[in-house]
Amino acid sequence: MPEVVIRKRTICVEEIFHEGGPVAEKPLRRAAAIAVIRNPFAGAYVASIEGFMEDLKPLGLAMARQLIAALGGDAKAVEGYGKGAIVGSAGELEHGALWHVPGGYAMREVLGGAKAIVASTKKVGGPGTRLDVPITHINASYVRSHFDSMEVGVNDAPRADEILLALVMTTGARVHARVGGLKASEIKGEDGLR
Amino acid sequence: MIAKIRKIATFVEETRREMERAISPPTRRAAAVAVIENPCAGRYVEDLSELMAIGEELGDLLTARAVAALGISGASAESYGKAAAVGENGELEHAAAILHPKLGTPVRRVLGKGTALIPSSKKRGGMGLVLDIPLGHKDAAFVRSHFDGMEVRINDAPRANEIMVAIAVTDSGRPLARVGGLTKDQIKGEDGLR
Repeated sequence: MPEVVIRKRTICVEEIFHEGGPVAEKPLRRAAAIAVIRNPFAGAYVASIEGFMEDLKPLGLAMARQLIAALGGDAKAVEGYGKGAIVGSAGELEHGALWHVPGGYAMREVLGGAKAIVASTKKVGGPGTRLDVPITHINASYVRSHFDSMEVGVNDAPRADEILLALVMTTGARVHARVGGLKASEIKGEDGLR
Repeated sequence: MIAKIRKIATFVEETRREMERAISPPTRRAAAVAVIENPCAGRYVEDLSELMAIGEELGDLLTARAVAALGISGASAESYGKAAAVGENGELEHAAAILHPKLGTPVRRVLGKGTALIPSSKKRGGMGLVLDIPLGHKDAAFVRSHFDGMEVRINDAPRANEIMVAIAVTDSGRPLARVGGLTKDQIKGEDGLR
């Protein structure tokens, strides 16, 4: 199968102290890891692409570990996650879908078996395209305080024959979360939902 | 209506060809977006119940508009998603108040079903910002062919004291879905996941 050729990786960390309300005791932190890779299927319709998911697994694991390091090095501090992909103009949306398995399972593995489905989004776009990566709680999708998202992008990517791959992790709830719903402290942890 | 709406926009996207292959029938997505006044703009408001009530109204209105734009019955919708953008004088929590506590019930009422979590994203920003609405199958979140996203943008929204609220509905998955995973004809439809 094709080799994973990385042109660029970026990492972005945000630290949020307040948003007009009381200053948080512990600031919320969000981190995004991005890899810009060559799209081995660019320019033509390739029927069989599934094998590339396996090739992407080591990259997924490396990015997941990079995120934990950026958030302080303790996997237990991570409470939210999400993933996304931007496919350059010579590719198709389906190439972005190749990221679901290696991106999602890498984060779950590195986080020690997170239970919730990893929220995701994807699109086709030119260099500089921005992506709002959705974020939900790692163990229970319905934890309302952790519904969040982080905008990512790289000004010179993806080029036409590239894919931009993103993973995002956060350390907690929105900074002034107060719209009720399931709380992180109430998670049953059986089905990944509640 | 409690919501003071300045504008509603609907977008329909139909994909007929992808990688020189005909898509038959074409995949279609619609998004309905309301630009409303933010009653909590400019100050810290502890109780966000007014915004939650607005979310309930918009859940009904925007889902009906999106389904109408596709020209289908609610029951024929396959995937959905929601998103909101808060103008610069509001806070992210205002988007959460609209999207999470009460918006989902009327969405599901219009569509007849919808056991899966409605994927969401939110952000704050200036006019012309881009919202990427995450999409997932409405009855089984793990249907891989329907993991998707739809970008919407309104050049003059949100103003500083406004909120953009968006709901997206599709009648199909990605155009050339072929990365495996759960398919829609395998849905059990019991837990919203599979």
